[in-house]
Amino acid sequence: MEGVPSESLREGFGGLETASSRAAAATPDPAGSRLRRRKAIDRAARWIITLIASTAIAAVALIFLFLAREAFPILTSAAVHEEVTLGKMIFPQPWREGEPAYYAWQPVSKVPKYSLLPLLVGTFKVALIALIFAVPVAVLGAVFTSELAPRRVREIVKPAVELLAGIPSVVLGFFVLMVLATHLQDLFGLQYRLNTIVAGIGLGLTIVPVIFTLSEDALTAVPQRYREAAFALGASRTRTAWSVVLPAASPGIFAAIVLGFGRAMGETMIVLMASGNAAILSWDPTLPVRTVPATIAAEMGEVVVGGPHWTVLFVLGVLLLLLTIGFNGLSGWYVRRLRQRLGGTS
Amino acid sequence: MIEAKRYRKSTIAFATLSGSGVVVILGCLALILVDIFVNGLPQLSWEFLTQPPRDGMTAGGIFPAIFGTVLLVLLMTIAVVPVGVITAVFLHEYARPDAWYARLIRGAVYNLAGIPSIVFGLFGLGFFIQFVGRGIDSWFFGGEVVWGQPALIWASLTLAVLTLPVVIVATEEALRTVPRENREAALALGCTPFEALWKVTLPQAAPGILTGAILAVSRGAGETAPILFTGAAYFLPYLPTHPTDQFMHLGYHVYVMATQSPDVEATKPILYGTVLVLLLVTAALNGLAVWLRYRLRRTNP
Repeated sequence: MEGVPSESLREGFGGLETASSRAAAATPDPAGSRLRRRKAIDRAARWIITLIASTAIAAVALIFLFLAREAFPILTSAAVHEEVTLGKMIFPQPWREGEPAYYAWQPVSKVPKYSLLPLLVGTFKVALIALIFAVPVAVLGAVFTSELAPRRVREIVKPAVELLAGIPSVVLGFFVLMVLATHLQDLFGLQYRLNTIVAGIGLGLTIVPVIFTLSEDALTAVPQRYREAAFALGASRTRTAWSVVLPAASPGIFAAIVLGFGRAMGETMIVLMASGNAAILSWDPTLPVRTVPATIAAEMGEVVVGGPHWTVLFVLGVLLLLLTIGFNGLSGWYVRRLRQRLGGTS
Repeated sequence: MIEAKRYRKSTIAFATLSGSGVVVILGCLALILVDIFVNGLPQLSWEFLTQPPRDGMTAGGIFPAIFGTVLLVLLMTIAVVPVGVITAVFLHEYARPDAWYARLIRGAVYNLAGIPSIVFGLFGLGFFIQFVGRGIDSWFFGGEVVWGQPALIWASLTLAVLTLPVVIVATEEALRTVPRENREAALALGCTPFEALWKVTLPQAAPGILTGAILAVSRGAGETAPILFTGAAYFLPYLPTHPTDQFMHLGYHVYVMATQSPDVEATKPILYGTVLVLLLVTAALNGLAVWLRYRLRRTNP
């Protein structure tokens, strides 16, 4: 859109410029030089804006580059290899003599143990529990808000969800640690006060707004004529929401769930505070758990810069980055599929 | 008749079921807010807000943490708002929507928004501290560690990268609300495209841009994970005055007091007070932004 006006600008002022310069050939022409200056500013602004707009690209590139730079010695450094290699992180190791090989994450013991599996299982376990809590609540809430609720209810629920989204995760972590954990323990008679279920519910609270907002967007994107057709066939509002709108919006809702899962895996403060942080290789949800982000957060403060442990923590960072980017990409793909299915062109 | 009855029953059942989703959301929110307000409000006093902590964090106030948070977020805002606004201007005013470069930037912004905050912490450590900071030290200070350590400036720049997508998305939305005719009128009167942007489009989009800045501040004030190892300190006897100083921070204060205090019961009142202050700061800013945006949407349909 900017091409046309600037062209017409050049023509309009170009004529003026030559006419006035012909009239006063010897003296410098203030009007013409002012115009030249304005045009120069315009050109410079365009360059500067384009340049600064590249910051986002640079940021993503630098994040990849500098995480990889600190993680790279895991492949090449002999000093790091004395303690840990990629193979030792992936496969079970005979950590104790005379015992079968097993997985363990104990980086500050006499023989540092760096198995990834307990952390990965822990990360997925907590994120799954977060989903089990958040998906029904958020999706049902979104259906109710966008399809069934009267306007006044909608105007309460949507800002409330934004308020929930705006609560810092450290505050949620605090609440889960101080209040929720004790109540849940009393309620279910759990052995450990801080465990996977508690941390998972806390995480669920952070991803409810994500899933709710995106699901609601997907539901509102369903064309009105779908609903009208269902009403014309005699379906009630509820039946229409359940049998027509929800299936039509399903790729968008799935995108919301995938994105929520990615968020849950990457969230740090809540699991750091409320999960108990024990790296146990188990799918039992009543045990304490240690996730990848919580491990980075808890251990990075005490490691030697450039040492094996430091390198391993950056490897974890790279892993986390790739996982979340993967889940984001998957989610974006489902959003595009939703748009295609609903016949939009954007 | 029986059919109709069953139909009505299933209708009511589903309406109740989906309504319960909303009830759970509102219930959780209310529970959290009520608990924190009831326990935190008695703590708030002039002394609490203006005094440093005493007696191993069991008495006194949290002024240094408030000061550090405000300073951190201020520096972050100075860094992120110009860059974010200019990026949005490029995407919405200069680039064609299908141009490859614009799509690349959009992809980068989308991914940036999805990167976990702890990864930003690692990035701040690996790039700002180890690379930029150590680089400055070896060039200008002969290897003496001045800039190459956790510091206010690095934490705020890390947060600026983290909140960049917030500002970009909000600014683009603000630019969309400015009618196309206004730009065309400016151009027709002889403005260069940049003058049209500077004198017409940006002033009209200003409230929306402000909303984005407020949202970024609210987000930045609440993030704790990225500053864990880029500059936050549990206790400092002095206030930060230089970019290379460390700082105290409300979120970090809550984290350390809640998880590493030797006597949780003794610090509990102060802890609740700190949480309430943090929540009030972020929620008030957030509420302000939400209100501004709803108002803007109403006036510019």
